[in-house]
Amino acid sequence: MQTIEDLIAQAPVFGGLEPGQLKLIAGCGRNEHVAGGSFLFREGEPASRFFLIRRGSVAIEVQAPGRGALTIETLHAGDTAGISWLFEPYRWQLDARALEPSELIGFDAVCLRGKVEADHELGYELMRRFTANLADRLQATRFQLLDVYGHAPASA
Amino acid sequence: MVPEPFEVLSRRQDTGDTWTLELRRPSGDPLAFAPGQFTMLSAAGAGEVPISISGDPDRPDRLAHTVRAVGLATEAICASEPGRLLGARGPFGAPWPVEEVEGGDVVIAAGGIGLAPLRPAILWLLARRERYGRLVLLYGGRAPDQLLYTDELDTWAEQGMEVLVTVDSAGPEWLGRVGVVTRLVSRARVAGGDTFAMACGPEVMMRFTAAALRDAGVDADRMFVSMERNMQCGIGHCGHCQLGPTLVCRDGPVYRWSDLEQWLAIREL
Repeated sequence: MQTIEDLIAQAPVFGGLEPGQLKLIAGCGRNEHVAGGSFLFREGEPASRFFLIRRGSVAIEVQAPGRGALTIETLHAGDTAGISWLFEPYRWQLDARALEPSELIGFDAVCLRGKVEADHELGYELMRRFTANLADRLQATRFQLLDVYGHAPASA
Repeated sequence: MVPEPFEVLSRRQDTGDTWTLELRRPSGDPLAFAPGQFTMLSAAGAGEVPISISGDPDRPDRLAHTVRAVGLATEAICASEPGRLLGARGPFGAPWPVEEVEGGDVVIAAGGIGLAPLRPAILWLLARRERYGRLVLLYGGRAPDQLLYTDELDTWAEQGMEVLVTVDSAGPEWLGRVGVVTRLVSRARVAGGDTFAMACGPEVMMRFTAAALRDAGVDADRMFVSMERNMQCGIGHCGHCQLGPTLVCRDGPVYRWSDLEQWLAIREL
């Protein structure tokens, strides 16, 4: 049986971390199963956790008055769900909803923030990884904003 | 230079503004074409436009085009009912290198209506599945109701192609992927080595996709894109579709990325 440590070592965001660092992170995580349609977090709530998706998919959504829930992006196996846990005031800015039955590793953000305060080397490694992830998503969002398909020609 | 009459055999609405028409010569004679080529398609009194062939290259008796109604000529073409005659010249242009990529993995990246010119290549590859390694389709669209050939995507998957679809935005009823097509490159675990890529879509999408493929290790010599420019004569005489030292209608529309990249970096072009 694989431990949390084994499982998170396979995730791109934690790739290359030292065994001791993986152990510290794994100490704040636990396996979770969620049903399709259930919310991992909702806008405005305290960002006290984040998730690594092992199986399944999660939609990051925003509620738009009169338009319902709009999906900004979907996350899949190997992705992490949740960024706001890293930055004050630690509140979710969007909703995250499982699109199907999903297996996750849920991390206690308060636990992990405490560990990185005590171990700045670990904190640097985590910030480096999550910042790269943020830059990737920012670039994708910019591309999305271009609405390139809205200005397509008659035939490509 | 003279358009040849073709009869509309069938007409199918793909999305709100996009239609696929199947044409044939009144004589029934086939019109052979290679995947990636285009014709100059015309509707009497409305004008002529370059449209990529979207049909099966193994069925040259039926000439299919997928057309987005965005102007006078394309609106007239899209409105053409079965039995009506349209004009066609061609086929023209450099095709997808479906033989050069034999033996390798092939990643096909399509954005929006860019899937139409890639469909003949997909059908070609799947009809000769044993000649290729891994086949991957990365397809991005604006919204779920604007995706093309949705009834065929599952069939292609059953025939041995990994099909990953994403849209830029969607409501809660959509259970598929949401995000830009470039993110599919890492999700599909595309790697370098023997991998070839063919991409078609808006120019920005192709630039971003080429960058993502290069980051994944795909060589620029092994990437091919199909370009859109103001093609008018279709035979390299008028010069309207000049791109750097090339004419898209004659030297393209399919280019090797390593040959094209330098010209796309010049903003005035």
